[in-house]
Order: sequence, then C-alpha cells, then structure tokens
Amino acid sequence: MTEFTPVSAAIGGALIGLSAVLLMALNGRIAGISGLFSGTFFSETGDRAWRGFFLIGLVAAPVIYTLFQGEPPTFEMTSSLPMIIVAGLLVGFGTRLGSGCTSGHGVCGMSRLSLRSMAAVALFMASGAITVALAKFAVGG
Amino acid sequence: MGKNVSALLAGLVFGLGLVIAEMVNPAKVLAFLDVSGHWDPSLAFVMGAALIVTALGYRIVWNMRQPVFANAFIVPQTREIDRRLAFGAVLFGIGWGLAGLCPGPAIAALSFGGAPAWVFLGAMSAGVAMFDLSPLAARRVQASSAV
Repeated sequence: MTEFTPVSAAIGGALIGLSAVLLMALNGRIAGISGLFSGTFFSETGDRAWRGFFLIGLVAAPVIYTLFQGEPPTFEMTSSLPMIIVAGLLVGFGTRLGSGCTSGHGVCGMSRLSLRSMAAVALFMASGAITVALAKFAVGG
Repeated sequence: MGKNVSALLAGLVFGLGLVIAEMVNPAKVLAFLDVSGHWDPSLAFVMGAALIVTALGYRIVWNMRQPVFANAFIVPQTREIDRRLAFGAVLFGIGWGLAGLCPGPAIAALSFGGAPAWVFLGAMSAGVAMFDLSPLAARRVQASSAV
C-alpha cells in the first residue's frame, strides 16, 4: 500500500517528458528504454555508444540523488525470486516483441497520438492490472 | 561526442524523473495496477505530465530543421496494430504486474534495489536476448525512417 502523491508524480513525469524532448531535439531519437537497452547490445547499425551513455545516466541519476538526499530511493519488492525471474523474462521478451514499453509506447508514442502505441498501452495496462488482481486472489488477499 | 553527452544528460534527467515520481519503487507501481484494492493513482499523474511535456516539446522540436547532433529525426513509422504488438504488450503487462518493474526503473534501480533488481535485470536481459537473437527479430520490418 502506498500513498497518493500527485505533485511529486507530476514533477517526475514532467522530467521524464523533458528527457524525451531533449533526446529528440539533440539526437533526433525517441526515448524508449526497452529499445535503447536492446540497441546498446544488439543494434545492427552499430549506433550503440550514445544508447549506452543514456543508460549510464539512468543508472547514475539515483546515485546523485542519494548523495544530495542522504538516503536512497525507496525500493520495496514483495515478489519471490522465482517470480522476479519469470517477470524479468516476460518484460524483456514482451517489450521487444511489442516494440516498446512504458516509455516508448506510453510517453513517446502516445504523445504523437500513435494508435499503435495507444493499443499497446491499453493492453499492457490491462494485462498488468489483471495479473495483480489474480496474484492477490491466488494468495487469498 | 555531442551525441553521447546529450544522451547522458537525457538519461540523467529521465532517471531523476523516475526517482522523484517513485516509479523506481515496485510497491508503488503495483499499487497503481491494483485497481480493485487500495488504488494509488499516482502513476497516472506521472504519465499525464510526461505526455503533456512530450507532446508540446516534440511539436516545438520538429519545427527545427534537424536535431542538433544528427541529420534527421527518427520516429517509428509502423502503424499496423498486429498480433506481435498485442502479444508483446500483453506479455510485458503480465511481467510488469508480477514484479512491479518495467525496463526504465529496472535499470535505474541497480544502485539501490539490491539482489532483486539485479536478478530482474538479468532475467530481462535474457528475455531481450531471446527475442533479438531469434528469427523473430530478423523478420522484423524496418520500423524507422525520417519524419
């Protein structure tokens, strides 16, 4: 259970949007994390370095935040290890098969009114919500 | 050089956004997906704010002749809503709902998420590799071209 935090959510969201706009203005690319991650290792065009630098920034940001804030961000994982492994496999394979994740489809695609991205977001939101509901049911919650 | 520095900057801003929005906390994400329980709608505000900034920002940026460090804006041109998209999105959603992590937060959490974050990223990398090294990836249509 977590509290509703609309202000920090909107500020964080605006920063995510700013990042997407920066990457488009400077490098001409969409900020889709699953694509950037895959491209860092599997890009056929060899255009890997800048993708890697984006990922380094992504890892470094919480470290810098922790230096200023004095404590790391909250990370509360309740799933068991086998469940985490299954989840990771599904997220990795699913985002590649579906050509995007929360950032690529959810932010970059939907912001340019791509119907394809809207369909993807509707499907992964729905399947995510159903999964959470079924998991609760399974453990008797 | 410029391309790498700008990507590093964009990655830092993205990661900071994820941290401030608390999207790096799996419990927060699961509380958003838990619509039938003690629902926490915060993530809708993350998505909403990100969409507004990106939609306005892209419109301004696309009036530029070209990006600062590249020759053209590269945007996916695929329009087809096919089975691959649908299956992929559904599989991703199931994984998202099982652990509360999507790719961005999974990578950002490496420094503070401990073993669960590393295990998730390892499995996610394996999932990515299973796709990218399979014939599925080769059949993929060239999805990108200039605006």
